[in-house]
Amino acid sequence: MFFHWLEKNPFFFASGVSIVIAFAGLIEIVPNFAKAARPVVDLKPRTVLELAGKNVYIKDNCMSCHSQLIRPFKSETDRYGDYSLSGEYAYDRPFLWGSKRTGPDLHRVGNYRTTDWHENHMLNPAEIVPGSIMPAYKHQFTNLADIETAYAEAVTVKNAFHTPYGPEFQKTRAAWEAHRPKVLADAKAIADDMKNKDVKEAVARGEVPEIVALIAYLNSLK
Amino acid sequence: MQSNAALEYDYSLAKKFTFLTILFGFLGMLIGTIIAAQMAFPELNYLLGEYGTFSRLRPLHTNTVVFGFTVSGIFATWFYLGQRVLKVSMAESKLLMVIGNLQFWIYFVGALAATVSLLLGISSSKEYAQYEWPFDLVVVVVWVLWGVGMMGLIGIRREKALYISIWYYLACFLGIAMLYLFNNMSIPTYFATEGLGAITHSVSMYSGTNDALVQWWYGHNAVAFGFTVPIVGMIYYFLPKESGQAIYSYKLSLLSFWGLMFVYLWAGSHHLLWSTVPDWMQTMGSAFSIVLILPSWGSAINMLLTMKGEWNQLTDNPLIKFMVLASTFYMLSTIEGPIQAIKSVNAIAHFTDWIPGHVHDGVLGWVTFMIMASLFHMAPRMFKREIYSRKLMETQFWLQTTAVVLYFTSMWIAGITQGMMWRAVDEYGNLMYSFIDTVNVLHPYYTIRALAGVMYLTGFIMFAYNMYKTMTSAKEITEEPQFRTPMA
Repeated sequence: MFFHWLEKNPFFFASGVSIVIAFAGLIEIVPNFAKAARPVVDLKPRTVLELAGKNVYIKDNCMSCHSQLIRPFKSETDRYGDYSLSGEYAYDRPFLWGSKRTGPDLHRVGNYRTTDWHENHMLNPAEIVPGSIMPAYKHQFTNLADIETAYAEAVTVKNAFHTPYGPEFQKTRAAWEAHRPKVLADAKAIADDMKNKDVKEAVARGEVPEIVALIAYLNSLK
Repeated sequence: MQSNAALEYDYSLAKKFTFLTILFGFLGMLIGTIIAAQMAFPELNYLLGEYGTFSRLRPLHTNTVVFGFTVSGIFATWFYLGQRVLKVSMAESKLLMVIGNLQFWIYFVGALAATVSLLLGISSSKEYAQYEWPFDLVVVVVWVLWGVGMMGLIGIRREKALYISIWYYLACFLGIAMLYLFNNMSIPTYFATEGLGAITHSVSMYSGTNDALVQWWYGHNAVAFGFTVPIVGMIYYFLPKESGQAIYSYKLSLLSFWGLMFVYLWAGSHHLLWSTVPDWMQTMGSAFSIVLILPSWGSAINMLLTMKGEWNQLTDNPLIKFMVLASTFYMLSTIEGPIQAIKSVNAIAHFTDWIPGHVHDGVLGWVTFMIMASLFHMAPRMFKREIYSRKLMETQFWLQTTAVVLYFTSMWIAGITQGMMWRAVDEYGNLMYSFIDTVNVLHPYYTIRALAGVMYLTGFIMFAYNMYKTMTSAKEITEEPQFRTPMA
């Protein structure tokens, strides 16, 4: 019998297993691959500051508790806004849909929360939303965001995947130094709406605390 | 040169991985208990500042349990049973011993480094694949070493036909290799530029919906080839050995093995129901998840029927109890999963606590029970001593069983409550609850889960203590037991 023969021939057994398990992946993933990578009209890639904020979001694992995927149910569109479209995520590497909602969905949080709200909320969530079980993220006010890495990320996706970043995005240090003031200007615009003195001073010194980048990212979620 | 001496197996690697299994099991469950408690009592978040928040500890918990505890358990049992069913000792090949030891040390050091990286927040964010690229490379090296060692041992075997357990270990190796590689494809940004930014950072090769598809093709099947396949491999060896009964049906094992291989990979897309992936993929994921009941229950029923006519052993031997309960939880978990994959059920269950509930009746009831039972079976044969205390084992069994039941019942209720409250509308069609209402109502269930965590962890400490005493001070045995494990 075929299977008895396989059991005595490990090489063919292993090949058989590999083929059988590869099958489903090929059929389910490949056909739609190019189509799903297509952006919706007018979609813009995130600025360097927003990318740095996305990396803070990842660093502190916000997606452990918050989804970024609004499902096509009335209860969800009432609560969070229009349901999510595939093309809206075309520049998201990685995707950040999450798998559990201990807190609400954030895909369009930029539409209904402000810089001020996020600032207070990160300092003391339970004060803003009584009963909240979210931890405070005070360290984001003192840790500095890694904007250089975010720039490197933008350049990488531009070169590797043709993500539409402008011609000024080059992989040299000089190009980064030239771009830095733009990031700081974006940071200052956020910090102007904030109350925290230390954050304001840090931005004035040319540093970007994590909270500033994170808020820039959250505000861009629309 | 032909020797007439009885074959002596080399257990040094099995022993080393046994220690690691216990160490990582303890750490993983301890962190799990802490984060469960944090959800009930958020004040516990601030004990260690930035490094003690739920969000940082949660990936640490899953990764320690998956890549620390379970993978150590897979390696430990492999280095024990691989030799025995292939009828060849590791010590017969110096090369295999070197490869095995290399695998152990790189794994141990790599696992510690990866754990620290997650605490620092160096993460690629994909669930169960959070390690950034340098740590991914370590995982690949360890895995390749294991594969080479496994193929090597199969190459010098004396037993011509591969026993069922070997099929499963081979499939575990191949499946994880394929899934892990494809899902973790990324470009390190430091090397794609003139050395800008952090060296550990990378961007995924896939974006948005594609990234989600590849991730859940991986995520679900890491469960398949890490939590199902090798554990089935374990029970196919340890249950017949412990009970002295032959496997009930060879044909059923054949059917369920190849069925599982073919069907499992399709089911990944059930994590993406109601998302932006095309409908036909969602339907495939949903349908194949239901078909998956057949091969899963095939193995489980094969196990239970192996005990046919010998059910009295259930009362005589606590190890049989562990294994039979493990099969039962496997059945529970593999009927629950397909139910959650039905689109209408998923609309309520997805994003809720019912999902962690489902994962845990599988991992606590099936995976951990089976790994502990395997190590208990191996210990007297590796250390030539009886199990230290049968009474302790019995207590542990009942404590942990109660804990699992408390865990999944509280999470079922919590999850369904949450799902129903999110969608509840009043007579005018307006949402009835704000999000925070749905959080507040869960407090009692989170408290019950934290309690279940403490109970399960206590049981695991009993297990560790029992193993420790077995290794060091239990009564010595002179002859290897034929089947039932001797215990005081």
